[in-house]
Amino acid sequence: MTSALRSEVRKQLSTRMWWLLGLVLLGYLAFLGGVMAFSLTTDPSSMTGGFGGTVATLDGRTVAVTVYTLAVSLGYVFPLVVGALSMTGEFRHQTITPTLLAEPRRGVVLGAKLVVAAVLGAAYGVVGTAGAVLGGLPFLLTKGDGTHLGEGGVLVDLLFSVVAMAIWCVIGVGLGTLITNQVASIVVILAFTQFVEPILRIGLVAIDPLAGVQKFLPGAAAEALAGSSLYSSTGMLTLLDRGWGAVVLLGYAAAFALAGRYTTLRRDIS
Amino acid sequence: MAEDGGADGTVVRISGLTKSFGAVHAVDRLDMVVRPGAVTGFLGPNGAGKTTTFRMLLGLVAPDAGTALVGGRRYADLPHPTTVVGAALESAGFHPGRSARDHLLTYAPFAGVGEGRCEEVLAQVGLLEAADRRVGGYSTGMRQRLSLATALLGDPQVLVLDEPANGLDPEGIVWLRMFLRHLAHERGRTVLVSSHVLGEVQASVDDVVVIARGRLVHESSLDDLVALATPRTRVVSPDPDGFVALARDRGWPVSREDGDLVLDGTTPADVGAAAYRAGLEIHGLGEVGGSLEDVFLRLTAAPEENAP
Repeated sequence: MTSALRSEVRKQLSTRMWWLLGLVLLGYLAFLGGVMAFSLTTDPSSMTGGFGGTVATLDGRTVAVTVYTLAVSLGYVFPLVVGALSMTGEFRHQTITPTLLAEPRRGVVLGAKLVVAAVLGAAYGVVGTAGAVLGGLPFLLTKGDGTHLGEGGVLVDLLFSVVAMAIWCVIGVGLGTLITNQVASIVVILAFTQFVEPILRIGLVAIDPLAGVQKFLPGAAAEALAGSSLYSSTGMLTLLDRGWGAVVLLGYAAAFALAGRYTTLRRDIS
Repeated sequence: MAEDGGADGTVVRISGLTKSFGAVHAVDRLDMVVRPGAVTGFLGPNGAGKTTTFRMLLGLVAPDAGTALVGGRRYADLPHPTTVVGAALESAGFHPGRSARDHLLTYAPFAGVGEGRCEEVLAQVGLLEAADRRVGGYSTGMRQRLSLATALLGDPQVLVLDEPANGLDPEGIVWLRMFLRHLAHERGRTVLVSSHVLGEVQASVDDVVVIARGRLVHESSLDDLVALATPRTRVVSPDPDGFVALARDRGWPVSREDGDLVLDGTTPADVGAAAYRAGLEIHGLGEVGGSLEDVFLRLTAAPEENAP
């Protein structure tokens, strides 16, 4: 297992993708953090649409946490893609052959990828959260009622937002193992995270008997783990509590990894 | 025979190996033994089942039946497989954004080796100067060399190479031939090299295994395969008509190549003796090579074409 871990770390760090995506993630979340902090700290009467009315009721702490956990609300597609690429890239570039020649135990290869993905995902979590905090700070400092950064509860939210990003990366590995075609895998990720889940979350609430289901969607579970959500803080949706959020999110990670291991990864490699 | 892996080298033993893809029998009850200390050519036309056999030997494809053992063990059961078997498969790839050195470093932990060994194999295959360039910019020949370097990383007892000469320049092919012969003859390694062109490996192999349509059609030393070739003799003479008559008399098929006569199924010694007795004048007499390719075609031809 040690060899597989060392090999996987080298695989991740020996191409330019990890730092390129890290830079993009940092920039993207700094931008989102700035925009969101500006919007939430600006007098709602100057904004248009029904959204503003709800925002006006947010207290300063909720505003700060909503901004700080934007990585989990909007940036989680990054670790998810990185995780998926760690497996689909092997198939796309046919490095799966030398990889399985070096370590024929496929479960060990997958296990090493899951472990390294957790660490890498945590790193993206730190970068993304840092981006959101840095982007949001100028507005929170000057226009809102403070940064609330030093408060214990806020720091815990930040910590769990990093944990949620780590689990997203692990989920990505499982997904990439299940759908080894790189293009298909990325299309599924983008379609689900950018389109299907947001619509389901808002749509399901409107259907009374299914209203509770949205809480168990992976994006909602991750936000529950982080302790805040763009959706919940605006009063639109409710979340599970943190513990159950973690259980549900880890459940998705385990389900994808196991499904991938015993379907796609069992097949002949040709 | 009981001991396949030991101080004398490691034997590759394939028994009853079978694999079908749908209705296609890719490999059909294949039996073969590859001995250490020799270069064995694994020959067959495209689609004969060579690659599938290699993939089963290396644990990438699960056989429907039969076994493929390296030193008496299945590949997947070897504790550190890349230190026992070094394989370079044609479809094995490289990440285009990774340098050759990083590619090797990625697989080095499994072979229990470090940067020094990566440097060594890079030097062996002549890639040292290009080692830090990304593989995306490599030529086919350079990728082939990197593939071989990856196979050599764990200093394995057995080398399994799928069409290793593809994309190599003539100089590279000569180098590869010397290198593989050195590993087999001087260092007792087991070297198994596949090819769909007999002529390509003719100069480097000691033994040949020929398969067609997934089945073994021939297994022998190269010399025994050569002996199967029909001898042909070229004659230069001021009296071609005399030789045509002689050949008809003896039952040797005659053809004309570049103005000379070529007699099939006979040797220069027989032709010379017959000409002497018939009093025919000879200016040149020699054996014509290249008929080994005919033997290969005959061996691998479909059964209906093979019928007498």
